[in-house]
Amino acid sequence: MKKFIAILISLLVSFHSGVALSADGSYHLDKAKINLDDEQSLQRGARNFINYCLNCHSANYMRYNRLADIGLSDDVIKENLLFTADKTGDLMDISMDSSEAKKWFGANPPNLTVTARSRGKDWIYSYLRTFYVDDSRELGWNNLVYPNAAMPHVLWELQGIQNLEDNKLKLNKPGLLSTEEYDQFVLDTTNYMVFMSEPAKLVRHKIGYYVIGFLLILLILVINLKKEFWKDVK
Amino acid sequence: MQKNNGFMSWVDQRLPVSSFIKNHLTQYYAPKNFNFLYFFGALAIVLFVLQILTGIFLTMHYKPDALHAFASVEYIMRDVSFGWVIRYMHSTGASLFFVVIYMHMFRALIYGSYKQPRELLWIFGVLIFLLLMAEAFFGYLLPWGQMSYWGAQVIVNLFATVPFIGPDLAEWVRGDYLVSDATLNRFFAFHVIALPLALAGLIFLHLAALHSVGSNNPDGIEIKENKDKKTGIPLDGIPFHPYYTVKDLIGLTVFLIVFASIIFFMPEVGGYFLEHNNFVPADPLVTPAHIAPVWYFTPFYSILRAVPPILNSQFPGVAAMGSAVLILFLVPWLDKSKVKSIRYKGSLYKKWIIAFVISFLVLGYLGTVPSNVWGQMPKFIPLLGGLDWATFVARIFTVIYFAFFILMPWYSKKDKTKPVPKRVTKK
Repeated sequence: MKKFIAILISLLVSFHSGVALSADGSYHLDKAKINLDDEQSLQRGARNFINYCLNCHSANYMRYNRLADIGLSDDVIKENLLFTADKTGDLMDISMDSSEAKKWFGANPPNLTVTARSRGKDWIYSYLRTFYVDDSRELGWNNLVYPNAAMPHVLWELQGIQNLEDNKLKLNKPGLLSTEEYDQFVLDTTNYMVFMSEPAKLVRHKIGYYVIGFLLILLILVINLKKEFWKDVK
Repeated sequence: MQKNNGFMSWVDQRLPVSSFIKNHLTQYYAPKNFNFLYFFGALAIVLFVLQILTGIFLTMHYKPDALHAFASVEYIMRDVSFGWVIRYMHSTGASLFFVVIYMHMFRALIYGSYKQPRELLWIFGVLIFLLLMAEAFFGYLLPWGQMSYWGAQVIVNLFATVPFIGPDLAEWVRGDYLVSDATLNRFFAFHVIALPLALAGLIFLHLAALHSVGSNNPDGIEIKENKDKKTGIPLDGIPFHPYYTVKDLIGLTVFLIVFASIIFFMPEVGGYFLEHNNFVPADPLVTPAHIAPVWYFTPFYSILRAVPPILNSQFPGVAAMGSAVLILFLVPWLDKSKVKSIRYKGSLYKKWIIAFVISFLVLGYLGTVPSNVWGQMPKFIPLLGGLDWATFVARIFTVIYFAFFILMPWYSKKDKTKPVPKRVTKK
């Protein structure tokens, strides 16, 4: 009974999932202006994702050879991207044991295959750009979008080191990339994660135009068919 | 042609195919004044078939196993050829089924299609609606996302509020102390065979009852009372086939355009058809901060939330939610009006039906948002101070929702009706 009341209370303060993406925390999410037609951005994103994310985070609903959709051939995948698997038909899995991972980080790094659909593109884009140094945390990093995140700032070498001063992030030690370059790096990665969360998205719209075009022609035909038959109904 | 006739007569001697086609299509006379609201019955049949067909293909690849369910859905979305179309057809079909059924029920409500002699037709319809809600609820657990899991947890816990036997009842439904693999397996069984089978049977009865009493129409006139003396055909009737088959094709095509637009361009519909949180695999250890049912359950969910607990029991809310659906069974006997259609009913009924529709929509909206969405009432208001505005509004509309039904015998009798013409009108 107590549990039920607890759930009911959590329901009472709930809000519909439609706004959950933007209302998570106080940080106002930055818009990720991604472009799924930009194949080069998707390819760079795949490279970033496999090099930086796919060590702790699994993406094992996705197969490597699905990268063919963004113009990467089997040979290119084999030579450049296949670190944790033998065949391009394998799933994007990792070798880290999840129970060990929980010990090390305090939380199991989530599977990222469909994160772009649960969190949204803006969340990912903002999250990866708002890490700052926080000595009170076990791993020394905190995040504005997702406060007290268990994840350390894996990309700090690229972005540099940010500090939180007067509730604003300040880049105190530049990284290997300039701010613009780093934003583009994160944007490419976000773009790739959106593709990975739903590979069908690349073809969905194109097929949709044909289907609806066909139905509109059919509509004209059936309207005339009905008129023809209904002539004699008074 | 000769050979064909020979074949048909051979069949007809053994199975009455020709007379069936005559009785139910070519010589089933439907009123000629149907408007667009009459598309939705046919669309519901189309959707039922579509859900069964897409469901069969999904079942070929889906695994009802807590360890594999989520991954198998993603497998369908990626590795099965056009699996994503099939899955989106099924998920969009579920939501649109409710759009279509709500329109169909609204149509029956305003044209009095539940009144004598169509009471059984209406009762079968309400039963279909009840089973459809169960079907949707069981199906929603199958993707095994966070919303699937915790939504099921909340709904099954509703059973736990039943006095005395509640907790045992909830455990019996789940098959475990919490929603688990056992629950997923039994919900799968209910979703793919038990309920579809029962639904098919009820739809058959619904249609059999319809074809026995004949269709109502926007004028609420019985066309069977005005027959051609020579032929015995209703003067205001036209054969269902070809007239309504070709007309329904227009409704179907428009519907398919809407359907395809959603499938190909916005399958999540902003988190209303596919909730964002359901792309996170179910985790019994992490309760999401926000659990909300899918949109088609929200009016009833609002009623559940609106009723305050009595003696520390949530059962009154659960009972109110249940009654909100069950009260529909009584409508044929609550309506004491002399006329069927809203066209000839007085202003009193019109005001009530508008109030009812508004309360249904407002309750539906409030079910999707947190009850603190409009803030709290100021403390100085006696009794109500500190109460959430949204809860207060939900309570008012819950009362209106029930008043529409409970006061119906009174206002439908008192209402000044207009004279009903002898023959149907074309508007």
